[in-house]
Amino acid sequence: MPVVLADATRDESSLRRFLRGLPGVDQVGVEQRAAGLATRSVKQDAKRWAIDTAIGMVDLTTLEGADTAGSVRALCAKAVRPDPQRPDTPHVAAVCVYPDLAATAVEALAGTGVAVASVATAFPSGRSSRSVKLADTALAVDSGATEVDMVIDRGAFLEGRYGDVYDEIVAVKALCAAAQNTVHLKVILETGELATYDNVRRASWLALLAGGEVIKTSTGKISPAATLPVAHVMLQAVRDFHEVTGQPRGVKVAGGIRTTKDAIRYLVAVKEVAGERWLTPSLFRFGASSLLNDLLLQRRAKQDGHYSSPVYLPE
Amino acid sequence: MKGETVFDYAPAPENPDIARVKQHYQPFIDGEFTDGGGEPLKTLNPATGEVLAEVSTVSSSDVDNAVSAAREAFERVWSPMPGTERAKYVFRLARLIQERARELAVLESLDNGKPIKESRDTDIPTAAAHFFYHAGWADKLGYAGLGRDPKPLGVAGQVIPWNFPLLMLAWKIAPALATGNTVVLKPAETTPLTALVFAEICQQAELPPGVVNIVPGGGDVGQTLVSHPGVDKVAFTGSTEVGKQIQRQLAGSRTRLTLELGGKAANIVFDDAAIDQAIEGIVNGIFFNQGHVCCAGSRLLVQESVVDEVLTNLRARVETLRIGDPLDKNTDIGAINSAEQLAKIRELVASGEGEGASRWTSPCPVPERGFFFAPTVFSDVESSMRIAREEIFGPVLSVQTFRTLDEAVTMANTTPYGLSAGVWTEKGSRILWLTSRLRAGVVWANTFNRFDPAAPFGGYKESGFGREGGRSGLAAYLQGDDDD
Repeated sequence: MPVVLADATRDESSLRRFLRGLPGVDQVGVEQRAAGLATRSVKQDAKRWAIDTAIGMVDLTTLEGADTAGSVRALCAKAVRPDPQRPDTPHVAAVCVYPDLAATAVEALAGTGVAVASVATAFPSGRSSRSVKLADTALAVDSGATEVDMVIDRGAFLEGRYGDVYDEIVAVKALCAAAQNTVHLKVILETGELATYDNVRRASWLALLAGGEVIKTSTGKISPAATLPVAHVMLQAVRDFHEVTGQPRGVKVAGGIRTTKDAIRYLVAVKEVAGERWLTPSLFRFGASSLLNDLLLQRRAKQDGHYSSPVYLPE
Repeated sequence: MKGETVFDYAPAPENPDIARVKQHYQPFIDGEFTDGGGEPLKTLNPATGEVLAEVSTVSSSDVDNAVSAAREAFERVWSPMPGTERAKYVFRLARLIQERARELAVLESLDNGKPIKESRDTDIPTAAAHFFYHAGWADKLGYAGLGRDPKPLGVAGQVIPWNFPLLMLAWKIAPALATGNTVVLKPAETTPLTALVFAEICQQAELPPGVVNIVPGGGDVGQTLVSHPGVDKVAFTGSTEVGKQIQRQLAGSRTRLTLELGGKAANIVFDDAAIDQAIEGIVNGIFFNQGHVCCAGSRLLVQESVVDEVLTNLRARVETLRIGDPLDKNTDIGAINSAEQLAKIRELVASGEGEGASRWTSPCPVPERGFFFAPTVFSDVESSMRIAREEIFGPVLSVQTFRTLDEAVTMANTTPYGLSAGVWTEKGSRILWLTSRLRAGVVWANTFNRFDPAAPFGGYKESGFGREGGRSGLAAYLQGDDDD
């Protein structure tokens, strides 16, 4: 880590100074830019490429109280072969579940190339003790999940206790690093609760400094979830972090992305804000459930020249 | 998964047939399209250099006819008409522009070279907005602060430039009609087509004959029009050089004059600015419409503590700009309007290199056919260099640095122009302090190139006088109770 960033994390007041010293984000400007980029017209080969790329970036997610081992196994099967009648369809990046179902997913996905992501740290609210959050993470990691989606303590962040948030991410990261597998840490900022784009930028840097491999917009449990301007700010953060450290970190947008059109707008933002090298599943992800089927239907429409019914797709 | 990532947007061109380009266009005088007595001109598609259409131009006797038709219409129909009735016509023009927006946008891009996303999302909608806004004023002129019953001036002779053909027409015609004047308008020689489609729209709206007359032609036609004794008011948008000639010509006459001329705007970035959005504003300020904007932010003044960061990010951002076919929906920078303008840009860029400024040009691919110029940024620029003083009217930015607030103000004001300026800072008090010291008609704070019919636009110093838009814009077409 370069000196300037190592200094930033030396103690609570250095961290505060660093985060408060980041350039501001102009709300009108960032929203205008996001809206402008959303008018890009992606057609033909570019659209075909975008659909396949987006499918390969999906974290197929089920985070319901009513989830069962059976429903998770069905989701895993879909993750591996999203469109069984079209075997050339790429598989998704990962399946995302609650930690108690991670073992089921790990078993179902063994050897398929699809990763298992587990939410942790008292998802979605993050309202519990440090020890409970770490135990939650340990359950995920011990079950064999190779990706952990943790939530930050938004209460602490909004109160300005940046050090607490930082320490918690570092502690979770240490558990991930101690695991037998390589475990990637995604840090959920829950931007819908952070109130300003300035805070989104600060939280992004905080998570990156603490060692998060990926910064993620939302839990999907509150509204607003992912938005294009928020994604812009986060993509700028990983781009700037890369500029300073040379380390590529990723972004995951989650919640509310349901259509191919939405997904393509995010890919355009990735390309034009962060850069082409971020257009890969290790550096950009969609956390979604219903998006996948729309991508598959659009993929079929591109191949067949007409739309087909969703009944041909597995649940 | 593919090994390498390729996300090149496939071409997404708008269909040129939508523009319904005709082979031959005619002047519009006294409600009729008739061939003029001037030498026909050929208007080019600057993206290909090929002839787009032939346009019949007017002779000085045609200008006479147009002015007398306008006089007749002024006296018999338009000025006696109650404001409520005039408003209906102006509203109708606004709605018809909206109805034919797609056709107008494609035609504008074909004739001018600007990218379709700008003609579609800015030029045409803002033109319609100008008519809507002024239609609302037509029956409320007594409340414009110009006296209880302000009177129109008569016949307005209007000459507009080629950078925003339909939008400049709207800026001129909408306030003139709403206030009860009639007009004779000369569109630019290289971009006459949308004005002549607007003439069709006047017919469609059943506007009384003579209220709007469109007289295509070159500089000679413009000169005949502005010096015509039957014209009560001249409104000109264009170069400072021509503006000065017109002012000389009209000196001593009773003809009223407003001029909207050149600019060399300073875009000032302070170290506490929201840098990412400032970069967007810089790009928008100078590369919007290929830099063919009189209020373009062509001089970037950056506080020296952030200049490296700003330049690095700016270059990275400019590299993402896509230059090419104006009709492609993904094109960010279209074609330079004419070979003549391209030569002027090249000449000034060469002078910048010759005078020792450091040139950086985006490595983006540039089409081989047509008139194109890749976005260019000059650093190490001194105030004495031509690229810092003269209006380039192209996608070329000159970057200078400053240390203190006072220095920024001095640098920004060191120009004969004074049309616009931009300020980028998170500090509101500094914005307010600066707005009272910058000698510019428009000062944008944390944004650039935003236009609204309700906001007056116009210059200080050699950028002209008179305002367009808002209440002040109405004053340019009305005689108040206090006037003689």
